[in-house]
Amino acid sequence: MGLIDQMRAGDRRALARLVTIVENGGDDGRRALAKLYQYTGQAHIIGVTGPPGAGKSTLVNEIALELRRRDASVGILAVDPTSPFTGGAILGDRIRMQPLGHDRSIFVRSMASRGQLGGIARATGDVVKVLDAAGFNAIIVETIGAGQAEVEIAREAHTTVVVEVPGLGDDVQAIKAGILEIADVFVVNKADREDAQKTQRHLQAMLQLGGVPREQWDVPIVMTVATRGEGVAQAVDAIQSHLQHLKAGGYFGERERQRVEREFRMILQGLALGLVQERVGAAQREAMVAQIQTRRIDPYTAAERMLAEALGVGEAR
Amino acid sequence: MERKIRVLVAKPGLDGHDRGAKVIARALRDAGMEVVYTGLQQTPQMIVDAALQEDVDVIGLSILSGAHMTLLPKVTQLLHAAGAADVLVVAGGIISDADAEILRREHGIAAVYGPGASTNEIVDFIRRSVKPERFSGAEV
Repeated sequence: MGLIDQMRAGDRRALARLVTIVENGGDDGRRALAKLYQYTGQAHIIGVTGPPGAGKSTLVNEIALELRRRDASVGILAVDPTSPFTGGAILGDRIRMQPLGHDRSIFVRSMASRGQLGGIARATGDVVKVLDAAGFNAIIVETIGAGQAEVEIAREAHTTVVVEVPGLGDDVQAIKAGILEIADVFVVNKADREDAQKTQRHLQAMLQLGGVPREQWDVPIVMTVATRGEGVAQAVDAIQSHLQHLKAGGYFGERERQRVEREFRMILQGLALGLVQERVGAAQREAMVAQIQTRRIDPYTAAERMLAEALGVGEAR
Repeated sequence: MERKIRVLVAKPGLDGHDRGAKVIARALRDAGMEVVYTGLQQTPQMIVDAALQEDVDVIGLSILSGAHMTLLPKVTQLLHAAGAADVLVVAGGIISDADAEILRREHGIAAVYGPGASTNEIVDFIRRSVKPERFSGAEV
């Protein structure tokens, strides 16, 4: 019996190994994905993002406990940053998720971003597929502490929760582009702090300025104190309502189509690059780089020439 | 294919001081490893559950409380029972040479480090001991 069959039969060690294999990529990772892909597409994928220290891990812990009370099994993928200098990482999200340890219907995995910008790792989407194929009803992806541009999670998740905390900025921050735009649900955590109402008002004002809501969904703002579990049931209500809304309104299929198309395009891009590099030798590539560096050719023309050569046609365009 | 050494750093038992564990975690990070840090007051069962989910190559246990002869063998026993005896277990803390010898010989603790141990020595030991391709070509 292979690892995928073992995983589907409930073997958690097989699941953990498959995650490692898929995370590391390469031929082994691709073989595993090819085989488990047929089992995916079942889970509700929930992204949780927000600035460092907003309480994301604590909130994810509480959301998972609440989902368990509602009889859902939960896979959690917690991403922390890789050091750009050493390639190492400290993955500390589990510290806040101790209460989830004993429950066999919860699986927590930490993941390093491995050089990828955007808040998640390159392989996060693929590891989500492993958890999906393992049969979890809900999969929560916690991003690295995000600033303004880490919006990748919105492309992987069905429902994106953006966690804000009081005191991080004025109302101009709230109308900037980026992370605030991707929220399907806002959570104002640490709502027992002074200024929590102000943060809520800024977010509300921002949402009202936005005009017609995307996908006809009115983004709710939920106030929580995650360390005490306050407001968590309401947050889970909002998350589950969003999924129902996507499905009832016919948006779910369209989102999936966009996600799959983008993923397919990126894989194709990678394969095409691999093909070009394989067909055009390293020596020739280096010669081209030297020519670009000395300004004898521009990078666009160089790329077109190399592609044409790899494909054995006159000019690429 | 990217192959990172994954390490779980944990403090079993009741002592409340994790400076040393954090120093080690940081040193392993700086050596390019991915370090899952689970924090204080872990039971052996919690440590093993986390290690299995995280699929780590190494477990590093920091213990200063004196309960090492109870708690450390429990961790390796649980790993054994879970079919995960291949995970390397190293320990650090206030552990006498005599106890260290017993832990190494009889309880499957691969190495024991005391105060003054150099982080380079620990990094080198882990690098030497972890197999580079743990499940390349595994049947999926």
